[in-house]
Amino acid sequence: MGHSTVPEGEGSTGGGQEAPAGFVGCDETIGRLYFYLDGELTEERRVEIQRHLDLCGPCVGAYGFEAELRRVVASRCKDHVPDALIARVAEALKAEQGSPGR
Amino acid sequence: MADQAVFSDLAMEYMPALYTAALRMTRNPADAEDLVQETYLKAYRAFATFELGTNLKAWLYRILTNTYINNYRAKKRRPEIADVEDVEDLYLYRHLAGDQSAGLGRSAEDEALDHFTDTDVKAAIEALPEAFRIAVLLADVEGFSYKEIADITDVPIGTVMSRIHRGRKALQKALVDRGRTRGLVGATDEAR
Repeated sequence: MGHSTVPEGEGSTGGGQEAPAGFVGCDETIGRLYFYLDGELTEERRVEIQRHLDLCGPCVGAYGFEAELRRVVASRCKDHVPDALIARVAEALKAEQGSPGR
Repeated sequence: MADQAVFSDLAMEYMPALYTAALRMTRNPADAEDLVQETYLKAYRAFATFELGTNLKAWLYRILTNTYINNYRAKKRRPEIADVEDVEDLYLYRHLAGDQSAGLGRSAEDEALDHFTDTDVKAAIEALPEAFRIAVLLADVEGFSYKEIADITDVPIGTVMSRIHRGRKALQKALVDRGRTRGLVGATDEAR
C-alpha cells in the first residue's frame, strides 16, 4: 500500500487484533475514522485513535485517503454563480426594501 | 435584533455556497436559481429574528433546506428511493488499491482520486437519495458540524451521523461505479 507497516499494524486495516488498555485496534480505528476526521470524538477517544494511527501504517494509509477524498469532494463540487442570479437577487431585495409594511 | 439595512452586506457572500447546495438539491439550474432567490427573500423578511453574532451561514442554510423540502421536492413528486444500501468501510480505497505500486509521498490510491472530475463528483452526490445527499453536502462540501446539521435539518443528531456516514459510503460506491465505466477502477470486483 505504499506505507511502511509497523508490527502493530500487521494484518492490514480491519485485522482486529486485541489491543491493551488505552490502545485501540484497527477495527475500532476504522470504525471511528469518520468521527475522528470530523473532529467529533471526545478528547480521550481522539487520543486513542491518534495513538493507533501513529503506529499503524495501513490505518494511516486509509486515514490519509479518506482525508484526501474529503478534500477532493469539496473542491470538485463548486459552481460558478451566474451574474444574472446575483443581479436578480440584488434587485429583488431592493424592491423588498421599497415595499412598505414588512 | 438584526437590521435589514445590513442584510445584503452580511448575506451576499454566501451565495456561491448556497447556489452549489441548491444545485445539488434540485439537480436543475433554473430551480436552483429560484430556490436561492426565494431563500434570500425569506431571509431578508425574517432578518429581524436573526440574532446577530450567531451563525448566519447556518441560518441561511436552514431557510434554503426548508424551502427546498417544502416547495421544490413537493413540486417534483419524484419517486425517490428513501434509503441507501449498506456499503463496507473504505470501499473506494479498497477498489482503487493494488493496481500500481506506490512510490514515496502520495499513495497510488490518493493519486487515483485526481482522475475523478467535477462531473463525476457532482453526479455521484446527486445520485444519493435526498436525506443522505443533503447530509453529505452539508458535512463534506460545506463543513458544518453534526450539531449544526441537526439544527439546519431539524433532525436528531444520531440520525444526522448515520445519514452522513452511510451517505459517504454510498457516495464511494457511486464513485466506484462511475470510475468503472470510465476505466479508472478495475472492471471486476477482484479488488475486494
